[in-house]
Amino acid sequence: MILLQLFWSFLQIGAFSFGGGYAAVPLIQSQIVDQHAWLAMSEFTDLITISQMTPGPIAINAATFVGIKIAGIPGALAATFGCILPSCIIVILIARLYLKYRSLDLLQGVLASLRPAVVAMIAAAGISILISAFWGSGAVIRLASTNWVLVVIFGISVFLLQKGKMNAIVVMVLAGVLKLAAALAGF
Amino acid sequence: MKDRVKVLTKLFVSTLYLSAFTFGGGYVIVTLMKKKFVDEYHWIEEDEMLDLVAIAQSAPGPIAVNGAIVVGYKLDGMLGALVAIVATIIPPFVIISAVSVFYDLFRTNFIIGQMLEGMQAGVGAVIASVVWEMGADVVKSKNTSSVLIMMAAFAATCFFEVNVVIVVLVCALLGVVRTLLSRKEGSK
Repeated sequence: MILLQLFWSFLQIGAFSFGGGYAAVPLIQSQIVDQHAWLAMSEFTDLITISQMTPGPIAINAATFVGIKIAGIPGALAATFGCILPSCIIVILIARLYLKYRSLDLLQGVLASLRPAVVAMIAAAGISILISAFWGSGAVIRLASTNWVLVVIFGISVFLLQKGKMNAIVVMVLAGVLKLAAALAGF
Repeated sequence: MKDRVKVLTKLFVSTLYLSAFTFGGGYVIVTLMKKKFVDEYHWIEEDEMLDLVAIAQSAPGPIAVNGAIVVGYKLDGMLGALVAIVATIIPPFVIISAVSVFYDLFRTNFIIGQMLEGMQAGVGAVIASVVWEMGADVVKSKNTSSVLIMMAAFAATCFFEVNVVIVVLVCALLGVVRTLLSRKEGSK
């Protein structure tokens, strides 16, 4: 039964993709391209491209995309549900433990060491986004190949957020509009 | 009861809205959640938010989904988690469904392409501003080992491409050692 197969495949993707984002890509590929041949490799590449251009986690995007292609909307629902089920169970379990035992000094010590690491990991993710914006994904970092329009837009955005205290989503949309305006103006 | 409905409605609407704008991976939604739930609504303390992010990070699955679950659960138990999950899933579900039908048109559209490119720089700016604030707090705490952990974790993820699960596990272990050592000193 195809819905059950979709559910089971994406359950495995949800359960074993640690670390988020592109960490899930090899796992998704092995399930939907290699094992089940639900997508050809070229379609899989398209899927990654779509995921880069649209909001949402790559695994959820893949679940919807593959589900619809194989079994329409019910397929997309089965795959998406499978994908998030392990998260639901495990995250709620850890959250319960955290809310119950967080006053213990051992857990406090663990969390005190985790907090600075989380800040660092968010910083690293931000840098990889900026590198891909300024120099294109996979490109070499060189002064000549820098996308200066985006560097300027980045500077304006930081200024609006820090000094202007503007809403983050407003700033993001504004950044998109600025790039479009710059492209239309011939930059 | 009325308050509860109000909180759940606000949670649903803001998670839906955040999810619709999460370009570029799970950390983006996490930073946007921090801005919304910590800075704007004051529902969660900043330290607690970082703990929740660590939970989202250490569990398998997409960080955006995990982050929504843990924030929803913290605010209103199972119901809160459910509301947050549904709100997180709807935007990518609807958008990918539409895109999978119109993929060729979408891929070649000039306006959409330019907007998305510009938004990458905007996302980077949002993350930079959040990291600046949180990083300054760590430095201001004048706790040398916290600052060292932050620098080491940054080098590990950014330059050496160490898997984030390993970073989380090592830091947790360090925390255990740190606590046990200070306990020993305290009992002397």
